[in-house]
Amino acid sequence: MRYAMAIDTKKCVGCSDCVVACQTENNVPIGYCRDWVVEVTDGTYPQLEIEIRSERCNHCDNSPCVRCCPTGASHYEDGGIVLVTPNECIGCGACITSCPYDARYPHPDGYVDKCTFCIHRIKKGLEPACVSACPTKCMYFGDLDDPNSPVSEILKVRKYKTLIPEAGTGPQVYYLI
Amino acid sequence: MREEIIVSGRNNYLIDPHLHIWHWQIPLYLFLGGLAAGILFFAAFFTLMGKENKYKAAVRIAPHIVPWILVVGLFALLLDLKHKLYFWRLYTTIRLESPMSWGAWVLMLVTPLSFIWSAIHIKRIFPKWDWKFKILKDLEAFFTKQKKAIAWVMGISSVILGVYTGILFSAFNARPLWNTSILGPLFLASGLSAGAAVIMLLSRKHKERTMFARIDIGIIVVELFLIVHMFMGFLASTQVQINAAELFLGGPWTAPFWIFVVILGMIVPAFLEVLELKKFKIPVVIPATLVLFGSLMLRFLISYAGQESRWLY
Repeated sequence: MRYAMAIDTKKCVGCSDCVVACQTENNVPIGYCRDWVVEVTDGTYPQLEIEIRSERCNHCDNSPCVRCCPTGASHYEDGGIVLVTPNECIGCGACITSCPYDARYPHPDGYVDKCTFCIHRIKKGLEPACVSACPTKCMYFGDLDDPNSPVSEILKVRKYKTLIPEAGTGPQVYYLI
Repeated sequence: MREEIIVSGRNNYLIDPHLHIWHWQIPLYLFLGGLAAGILFFAAFFTLMGKENKYKAAVRIAPHIVPWILVVGLFALLLDLKHKLYFWRLYTTIRLESPMSWGAWVLMLVTPLSFIWSAIHIKRIFPKWDWKFKILKDLEAFFTKQKKAIAWVMGISSVILGVYTGILFSAFNARPLWNTSILGPLFLASGLSAGAAVIMLLSRKHKERTMFARIDIGIIVVELFLIVHMFMGFLASTQVQINAAELFLGGPWTAPFWIFVVILGMIVPAFLEVLELKKFKIPVVIPATLVLFGSLMLRFLISYAGQESRWLY
């Protein structure tokens, strides 16, 4: 099993509903976010292109954060989800420093926090909060090993990219382009 | 003109607009750890060479400060932790892939060794020292007998400690400025240089001082060589590493790095030490303090600038 997410940059309008859905679902402390919207404008005026991406932890195959964690608090769950166990985390910040996506942050309670792919919802057969809240239905979630999962289906027919694959992390959030 | 403008909605505390999760505690701890490694290495080395009597300050005097600087360093490290009450989790597991785990366990070995080394040489500082209890006297006699074995373990573990202070940074591929294995030997050399400086400060014998001045000059030459190679490596590497090197080559950290670390921390003290060897009278406190200052600044600048370097996407 390998959970992954695909996000359609052509459909995303950057409304930040995913951000608010995540903050509400996961009780993210005020002023912090586990997912966020990035808007990239590229080109020469007036020929400009815009790409809107909803970003979050990439739940990498080769996660530097899991590798550098001195206590094993950062670990892989079933399906490749990268999680932090709060009462094993000493808050040293090594994982925060090791993440090329800066997807982690220090929770005010001391431990390090990040996107969990809403593992508590997946276990109940639900989609992650961000996916279910998206008004343009631009996000797809599922098991890459299952050829009929929404994420496998969309990756079969669309071109996609991942963020800085050259960092060697094996990111598992795919952006449809 | 073609431009790319990236606007992010993320504004997490200590993460944005650029990473600044590690403050003064980490570089201070890395400096003290490197310094401790330097002093212990020289103590172990000259003990194993059988030159204890020739280099008294190195073997019997300077190591007394090591337990204290390690305690201060460990306290700084504790202050850096954001989930402090769980610090003991470091010692419920060994994670070979994690440099921080290595560091925690090496310190677990080096800190008691430094206390033992200090204890078996305490009478060199306080001749009337009395351990009072028989068991302590027996322990002292036992450890004194095992001194060579302790020196071996201490010498090897101090090198691991010295290299680790650099590897801690270089293991992070996410920060291109740190992602060079040269930081390991560079920080080890810097720690040895700082250790030699402290020994020069504490030594009362001219011969020992000139010996350590010679050692220090050699180490500084190696450091300069490593720094040149570090930048050559960066400039011959990918765009992110070129950008990282430019933080020190024209970017905002250029002046502090070249003035404080390279000129004041390496070239000037090496020059003064050469003059000393040429029989000029140079107060030892000047080159020694400059070396210590440069060593501290190296940690601070690499730590702070490294957190500003990042991947582009």
